[in-house]
Amino acid sequence: MAVEIQKVKSFIARYKNEKKALISILQDIQAEYNYLPQETLRAVAECLNIPLIDIIGVATFYRTFSLKPRGKHLITVCSGTACHVRGGLKILNEFEKKLNIKAGETTKDRQFTLETVACLGCCAIGPVVVADNNYHAQTSIRAVDSILKKYRKRKK
Amino acid sequence: MITLAVDNQEITVKEGTTLLKASEKLGIEIPTLCYHEGLLPYGACRLCVVEIFKEKENRMVAACSFPVEEGMKVVTSSDRVLKRRRMIVEFLLSRCPDVKTIKDLADRMGIKKPRFKSKNLDCILCGLCVRVCNEIAGIGAIGFVSRGKKLKVDTPFHMASDVCIGCGACSSVCPTDAIEMELDAVKRFLELLGSEHKCRYALMGLISYKVCSNNYECWKCKIDQRIRDALGTHPIFAAKKIKKEKVNQYFSFLKKIQE
Ligand code: SF4
Ligand code: SF4
Ligand code: FES
Ligand code: FES
Repeated sequence: MAVEIQKVKSFIARYKNEKKALISILQDIQAEYNYLPQETLRAVAECLNIPLIDIIGVATFYRTFSLKPRGKHLITVCSGTACHVRGGLKILNEFEKKLNIKAGETTKDRQFTLETVACLGCCAIGPVVVADNNYHAQTSIRAVDSILKKYRKRKK
Repeated sequence: MITLAVDNQEITVKEGTTLLKASEKLGIEIPTLCYHEGLLPYGACRLCVVEIFKEKENRMVAACSFPVEEGMKVVTSSDRVLKRRRMIVEFLLSRCPDVKTIKDLADRMGIKKPRFKSKNLDCILCGLCVRVCNEIAGIGAIGFVSRGKKLKVDTPFHMASDVCIGCGACSSVCPTDAIEMELDAVKRFLELLGSEHKCRYALMGLISYKVCSNNYECWKCKIDQRIRDALGTHPIFAAKKIKKEKVNQYFSFLKKIQE
């Protein structure tokens, strides 16, 4: 998707160019492009009159933001304590093997991005895997294939 | 005015004074790393920890940023304080085993080899460079990127900054010499100014006009060096100090230095 600076500027204008809206603006941009393209951050810096590096500081501080293009589907494996003791790490390794990427990376075909999170607050149903905002409870190594299959088919 | 006791010596200072400043007035030395006279207190390194006692309260605080309170008792070198400082330096030494400032500190505290895995980095994340670029130079070319274990000082997108003016203040305040100025960066800074070259003192508002006999190669400039020696600090701090005074005082100041 080509980045249209005008569109980004309209996002920013929605918040009356107010500095305090920075995070909301970044969220809007990420919702539009699936990541934060460089040009958009430059536009934000210019409109809000904040040094670019400070915007990057915020964008790299929060895990929800990504400066690199992400895959169509986002798979998040919980590696919080409760999920970890129930085998979360093994599930993560299985995803890494199947997708042939490490946590934090995106597959070459841009279909999947794999990430970890430290506790989603629903430990009772762990190990938890979230795929495109859908929670998969009590997952196991066996569930990995079926989750991937489901999303591979579903072309967004 | 507020009266407190530092290491059993009483002192009365203005409200808002930090424990570090109050101790300094008494001639009591507290080690610091992330503190700089010309910058706002930051409290990043915690090397300046001291113990405070007030009524039932007893805790450890960072002297560089903690303000004085009436009736407070401050202890700057109790066993507890010294132990804490040792720990901090040991951590720093494992992070930066080759940095002179840190090695000297460790030596003084008798730390031979840290117990932790060595990292071999040169930045201690004190934030001095970031702050001088923001607060004094007013540029904001560098900043903290990422967080946790990955936290580092960087330029946007890890590329040559397009706003850096090459003033060198960041490199000059860095306690670990982690920032090296590139001649290219400094030259680029001069090019940016276009055909009408001005020297850095002109840019800082220290002098309004200067004919340079040095082909505007500021890094070789003798006046620059002399101002630096006279002030004992990077000229950019001087600019801030002097700007507060009246315009004609700039000139008498410069004359004094050039004599
Ligand atoms: S040289 Fe000056 S402008 Fe450039 S990063 Fe350092 S302090 Fe900032
Ligand atoms: S580069 Fe130097 S001044 Fe900047 S944070 Fe690291 S140690 Fe501090
Ligand atoms: S540890 Fe996974 S949801 Fe809490
Ligand atoms: S000097 Fe006080 S925290 Fe660094």
